Amino acid sequence: MIEAYLLIDFGSTYTKLTLVDINNATIIATSKAITTVETNIMDGFDEAFKKMNYDHQQIKISKKLACSSAAGGLKMVTIGLVPELTVEAGKRAALGAGARVLKSYSYELSNAEITEIKAMKVDIILLSGGTDGGNKAIIIENARKIAKNLTNIPIIVAGNKCAYDEIETIFTEYNISYILTENVMPKLNQIEVVAVREQIRKVFMDNIIKSKGMDKAESFTDGILMPTPAAVLKASEILAKGTSKADGFGDLIVVDIGGATTDVHSLAAGFPTKAGINLKGLQEPFAKRTVEGDLGMRYSALALLEASGEKNFYDYGIKENIYAKCDFRHQVVDFVATTSEEIKFDEAMAKVATKLAINRHVGMVEVAYTPLGEVFNQYGKDLLEVKYLIGTGGILVNSENPFDILKEGLFSKQEPTLLKPIAPEIKVDNMYILSAMGLLAFDLPDCALKIMKKYIIDK
Amino acid sequence: MNAKTVVIGVIGADVHAVGNKVIDYALKNAGFNVVNIGVLSSQEDFINAAVETNADCIMVSSLYGHAELDCQGFREKCNEAGLNDILLYIGGNIVVGKQENAEVLERFSKLGFNRVYPPGVNIEAGIEDLKNDLNIK
Repeated sequence: MIEAYLLIDFGSTYTKLTLVDINNATIIATSKAITTVETNIMDGFDEAFKKMNYDHQQIKISKKLACSSAAGGLKMVTIGLVPELTVEAGKRAALGAGARVLKSYSYELSNAEITEIKAMKVDIILLSGGTDGGNKAIIIENARKIAKNLTNIPIIVAGNKCAYDEIETIFTEYNISYILTENVMPKLNQIEVVAVREQIRKVFMDNIIKSKGMDKAESFTDGILMPTPAAVLKASEILAKGTSKADGFGDLIVVDIGGATTDVHSLAAGFPTKAGINLKGLQEPFAKRTVEGDLGMRYSALALLEASGEKNFYDYGIKENIYAKCDFRHQVVDFVATTSEEIKFDEAMAKVATKLAINRHVGMVEVAYTPLGEVFNQYGKDLLEVKYLIGTGGILVNSENPFDILKEGLFSKQEPTLLKPIAPEIKVDNMYILSAMGLLAFDLPDCALKIMKKYIIDK
Repeated sequence: MNAKTVVIGVIGADVHAVGNKVIDYALKNAGFNVVNIGVLSSQEDFINAAVETNADCIMVSSLYGHAELDCQGFREKCNEAGLNDILLYIGGNIVVGKQENAEVLERFSKLGFNRVYPPGVNIEAGIEDLKNDLNIK
């Protein structure tokens, strides 16, 4: 009898299954079918499961774990104090937890902003503001406004701990469902995202699943553990850092090009690799995720064109009908490119998405001219010496030229101030297993690491 | 958490780090909660730090003579950010060459600074002033 784990990703488009032999760290089978969240989430699962080819006599599924980005994913808004400080810190924490951050707010919330949040139907609100011992007036005022107006949304508070007693009194009075956790910025420019991420995951598991028509899936599995992007980040983190028993593979970047967004995950401290550079601004989390809502292959195709301009397509040999082709993909989101011309256009879009998404993710160096000569300031992460650049997402997994697409994310002498990787090894998640490995890593990190080594790094 | 909070840093394109560390050390020893934003700091960096940490005083250092340019509109920006009552101190080589102290003091007072220190003043004197201004016994 072979003991196996069934790992399920209820994605926004596809429900993807991965069956893993946990004793030999091998993948037995994978399968996918269209996600059916509107009717019964299990219809899509059943179809995918039927298609999956494995020996039912020999293989016993001992556990089923799932992640989900179906039904719009985990929608959040974050609230902080100063835009460059606690607002940014809160946003990073929420993104790292796999959320879709619809909007971030700063300073005292206005009534119009409260109305806006109400209309967005968000799943969780993250409330921060103030360093420990710092400003508490604004976070308390915002807690009061939330309590009075937004009664049905779970709140995670990650701000100035000196304001917690008063916030508790307010939320208890108004019967708000809330969690107090560690400050996302306990000291100026110091960011603490791990505790917040974990709380977001818990609220997601406890409250959100039920409200998204996912309860049938929840009772069938041993738990819908996290949003899909959090699973990808978890897998990447294990891959980079290793486990208590085995070393990881060092700093890496994962690019995930989807239909609506392009996600970039970097697993690296990002400290300056050259001498004499001042690190400025907010501290970066080791595991950092950014999401580009305007860079996608289908739903966001027009936004991608707007962000890049037509001339970016010229570089990839595409000169005609650029607008029309993007518009078509924006309208027909389930379009699959089949002719060589259509495939070439999709690949050009993917190149644009890779380039812009990595440009926005990485840090930059700025030269300041002083009476003492040139000095260099670094904002964000230095990823020049990252060892691996890994691609995932439909276009990269199915393309015949994934390396050409990913090369667009490398350092360029034309833009020397952008700290992009110079010579990483480029790898592709051919079997689309990253999110599944994030789930597996939750129980069996060593097994997940071995599988990722076998199917991604050593390929 | 009841200690008074002071934001310190070196303004503008100035990289003099030693005095900044001395001030950090002296203020901490005197019982203050010190938020040090370091060298090469802009007005916005000082103000953002003060808002988020609810600071009582911003203490600006400048050693390279350009302080007057670097501090234009500082008090106005503080007011804009809601830091109406915050104390603004400045010290160091804040002007170029030898100039009359009284005149320098007047110019920086007009920029909205509560205390202005020419070269050669001990940090202890500044800390005494700070305690007085914040009513610390």
